[in-house]
Amino acid sequence: MSFPWAEHYTPKHPVMQWMDEKLPLPRLVYNAVGAGYPVPRNLNYFWNFGVLAGLALMIQIVTGVIMAMHYGANDLVAFATVEQTMRDVNSGWLMRYAHANGASFFFIVVYLHIFRGLFYGSYKAPREMVWLLGLVIFLLMMATAFMGYVLPWGQMSYWGAKVITGLFGAIPVVGEPIQTWLLGGFAPGNASLNRFFSLHFLLPFVIAGVIILHIWALHIPGSSNPTGVEVKGPQDTVPFHPYYTAKDGFGAGVFLILFSIMLFYAPNYLGHPDNYIEANPLSTPAHIVPEWYFWPFYAILRAFTVDFFFVPAKLLGVLAMFASILLLFFLPWLDNSPVRSGNYRPTFKKFFWILVADVLILGYCGGAPAEEPYVMISQVAAAYYFAHFLIVLPLIARFEKPLPLPGSITESVLNRYNIKGEEDALPGMGADPQPSTAG
Amino acid sequence: MVRIGAFFVGLFFAGWLLISFLFGAAAYVSDPPQPTVEHEFHKAPKHVSFSFDGPFGRYDRQQLQRGFQVFKEVCSACHSLKFVAFRDLEALGYNEAEVKAIAKQWAIKTPDVDPKTGEMTGRDPVPADHFPKPFANNVAAAAANNNAIPPDLSLMTKARHHGSAYVYSLITGYQPQPAELLREFPDAKTPEGLHYNPYFANLNLAMAPPLTADGQVTYGDGTKPTVDQMAKDVAAFLTWTAEPKLENRRRAGLATIVFLLIATGLAYMAYQNIWAGKKTAA
Repeated sequence: MSFPWAEHYTPKHPVMQWMDEKLPLPRLVYNAVGAGYPVPRNLNYFWNFGVLAGLALMIQIVTGVIMAMHYGANDLVAFATVEQTMRDVNSGWLMRYAHANGASFFFIVVYLHIFRGLFYGSYKAPREMVWLLGLVIFLLMMATAFMGYVLPWGQMSYWGAKVITGLFGAIPVVGEPIQTWLLGGFAPGNASLNRFFSLHFLLPFVIAGVIILHIWALHIPGSSNPTGVEVKGPQDTVPFHPYYTAKDGFGAGVFLILFSIMLFYAPNYLGHPDNYIEANPLSTPAHIVPEWYFWPFYAILRAFTVDFFFVPAKLLGVLAMFASILLLFFLPWLDNSPVRSGNYRPTFKKFFWILVADVLILGYCGGAPAEEPYVMISQVAAAYYFAHFLIVLPLIARFEKPLPLPGSITESVLNRYNIKGEEDALPGMGADPQPSTAG
Repeated sequence: MVRIGAFFVGLFFAGWLLISFLFGAAAYVSDPPQPTVEHEFHKAPKHVSFSFDGPFGRYDRQQLQRGFQVFKEVCSACHSLKFVAFRDLEALGYNEAEVKAIAKQWAIKTPDVDPKTGEMTGRDPVPADHFPKPFANNVAAAAANNNAIPPDLSLMTKARHHGSAYVYSLITGYQPQPAELLREFPDAKTPEGLHYNPYFANLNLAMAPPLTADGQVTYGDGTKPTVDQMAKDVAAFLTWTAEPKLENRRRAGLATIVFLLIATGLAYMAYQNIWAGKKTAA
């Protein structure tokens, strides 16, 4: 599962040798994220976000487990126990604000991670499985985040739960029984809150499990890189440790600084004031909006305003919203251009940035009230979203003339630093490119 | 095969969205949305500065005590403060004995069970109690307040956009309904028993102006109790009830960020050191 020149784990200390015979866990770590995993030498900062997403998940699990110790999953007391955590639990405010903002930062880094993959063609063969498992993680994250937002049992929690489970109610014939079954009642109530709490506690560990598969699948072909040219020899790689552990350490520091600024100085900026009002089934908020990370999908849901013959607009919106994520599962086969990196695909690159702008516009409209002109803007933006993946990308792959690719990762690195033509002239190159400090 | 199927699915969704857009645009042109009275006359909160503004702002203890006095003498007649306990008042600068006295003399009793008879009764609150509610239940609250339930104020400043300024603006924002409003929206006349206030979301509020005259409260610290001052003080107090750990949070944040800046600087140097020569090496 690695390149032949990967360093081998050779424990020197007798205890480590004993351990290696009984349970080779250190060997596994060494080969997975240690010196035993060769990584392309030219990764840029966009390759930090996978590790940062793992860090965000760990922050969520630690703060979440502590919050669960003080939380009462009962519709009569849930809101009050969250307030008690904020006021009377030692550093409870820190745990809660870290958890609430941690969810946002988890999505920020995961969105950057996904757009990195989209630009550099990380979803293409031989890494399709990495992409597919990543999408499974994304879906699990969305489910977890949604259920977590219900737990404080504020107004947006309650009405968000009602709207989102109502999506299933749009399915013909079986929709309403499904909605009732999901909620454990005809409206969100104690039964819904309890099952959401149970699942919200469970799913992060499922995510952790799928992350293991995601990394496992990644390590079979090895990491992609900004050129999209595959690794050709030892000169193209460096061991993960210490090179990328050092770089990820710096990235984690920057991430934690930005996270701290938000958490300590604007902890409610990304939240909605209505969620500081206790859930009240008799009072509907003026604008029901989900958390910001769902806004693009919420805009797609609301963009369908006209019935398609016998199919009601609401059902179309629900289908389109699910389709907008499910279509990403087909991406490796929709974009069949042999060139991976957007840097060598001039037409693709333009449309990629249009897609980025399009998703940001959708996000803005999804957070805005369901009024004109936001609905009209989201209709055009949602149309482009579907056209981009389902029509434009396959056409680009067919007609685009890509730029010439560098011969190898090393060649592209040397070109960048204006060191030309020395690659073949260097004696002994490739024999021992790894420094002895590794491991 | 995948690409052909995708093409038709994409064509369907994109096409139907564009057709929906044309329907919407036609309706928008032929029947443009009419401005609502809320859209035309609702105002964003006034600009007002507080000692706790900005990343290094702190609560002004004197102001919080004055605001508490306004709450006690005016707001608490109708509004509950159920997430705050008397013991929390020590953060306002009161000592233990003062807090005990405040609790004991509180006008509303804490519901309890008579230890002899088992009957429901009331007793004087103690510091460990949360502020007792002025009404036994929502039905009683609505019956006494023209069918509107006075909301709990513990979290009010976090439950509204720009909450501190909102509370201040709402209290000082009562005014007669503007003539141009009635001209443009003759149906929007403030109903009997409600009060016009442009800072309230739907413009008409059940709460009568709570602070009507300078000197309604007599401050012990010599501050002149104008309506504006009292409104500001109670807004500050309600900011504290909603976010009592604000100062701890900002202090911990500063320490955390200073630590992280140093750690990240070291991490950057380690990164550069490890990669030295590697980036350009063949």
